[in-house]
Amino acid sequence: MKPAPFDYLRPASLSEALAALASGGDEARILAGGQSLMPMLNMRLVQPRLLIDLSLLDELRSLEARDGWLTVGAAVTQAELMARPTLAEEVPLLAAALPWIGHFQTRNRGTVCGSIAHADPSAELPLCLVALGGEVMLRSARKRRSLPAAAFFLGPLTTAKEADEIIEAVRFPLRKAETGHAFREVAMRHGDFAITACAAIADRNGLRLAVGGVADRPIARDWPLLAGAELDEALNAFAWDLGGDDDQHATARYRRSLVRRIGRTAIEEALACRP
Amino acid sequence: MQALTAETRHPVTIILNGQRRSGYAHPRMLLSDFLRHELGAHGTRVGCEHGVCGACTIRIDGVAQRACLTLAVQADNRRVDTVEGLAKEGRMTALQEAFNRHHALQCGFCTAGILMSLSDYLERVPKPSEAELRDMLSGHLCRCTGYAGIVRAVMDVTGQLRETPHV
Repeated sequence: MKPAPFDYLRPASLSEALAALASGGDEARILAGGQSLMPMLNMRLVQPRLLIDLSLLDELRSLEARDGWLTVGAAVTQAELMARPTLAEEVPLLAAALPWIGHFQTRNRGTVCGSIAHADPSAELPLCLVALGGEVMLRSARKRRSLPAAAFFLGPLTTAKEADEIIEAVRFPLRKAETGHAFREVAMRHGDFAITACAAIADRNGLRLAVGGVADRPIARDWPLLAGAELDEALNAFAWDLGGDDDQHATARYRRSLVRRIGRTAIEEALACRP
Repeated sequence: MQALTAETRHPVTIILNGQRRSGYAHPRMLLSDFLRHELGAHGTRVGCEHGVCGACTIRIDGVAQRACLTLAVQADNRRVDTVEGLAKEGRMTALQEAFNRHHALQCGFCTAGILMSLSDYLERVPKPSEAELRDMLSGHLCRCTGYAGIVRAVMDVTGQLRETPHV
């Protein structure tokens, strides 16, 4: 349970980090909070030749709400975002979801962007980013670009980020008027990986439900304002379309059941908390 | 830019419980191993080494986190607090006394990590509800106590204990 040897680089600026990543290529990995990468290093599931540590780069610590977005820099921890006093008004879904991520001790170090870069299919932050229609802001020595969340996540631990790119920041749209949000999750124990997690958003015209832990990435679906048996039918169809598999945590059948049950609860909560 | 090569042991200095301590570490050395093997500070326990069990929880610059998910070289020039730093002049803290009183430990393997988490957490949340406290404790595994004694100890030290402690 010790990492294989690697070189360690602590760049003094983002441009130094990008240059190092460009020359390191596939053999280099970015280290931010390390709450996903360090366990993988300890278990030798990954054995990079070079680690580039962004965790102390001040230029990646920005956290600001402006022009309709809450932008979270790559070095901002989950605990720092959770402690933001205005978060519940700005992005209420994040305020609801953050307490479900890992534990107090891991949120203290784990970063928001790191969880998104890691792209675990059951992770809460990728789910929120997809549910809200957020964006991933990528940067390399060559260029800057941003991708919508739905185009960023490609599969388990697989994203559209290229080998020489860093997630510089992610941005979540600020709450729109008359929307309600809710987050629900079932895991073996609190803080474990979600078996199924649901994020619901409701406004005066329609519903959106995003589901994590079932498909190979978080998936969102939009409906008009359904209720009763129509909503049950829509949830059932969505649960089957997600196509989850049996694994050591749960059966596909149980996951479909959770989509129907906690999906419905989350939608009802989101409808009820519309202002 | 600081570039450290894999094959070399690099000097690392931390402020351990208020004292400057120095040692050497390869980049891949975990902070938990640096504390124990390089500095001989054995209070911090090593359990799962992938961030789940919580035994190695320490404070870096005051913030509770896993020593096994931190590289020793990342702690260079930073303040690291471990369980050895809690008691002053041989006197246990009120929290440690309460752990003793309420049978909040048996084998003690998880205790150092839990105390370090609590020392950060109670500064932020001085009077947690039992639900909040249990949520925070979910980041630690204790196989002896069933957590009941730990919860009682914290409720006691935060002035929230209503029932008489079991004797």
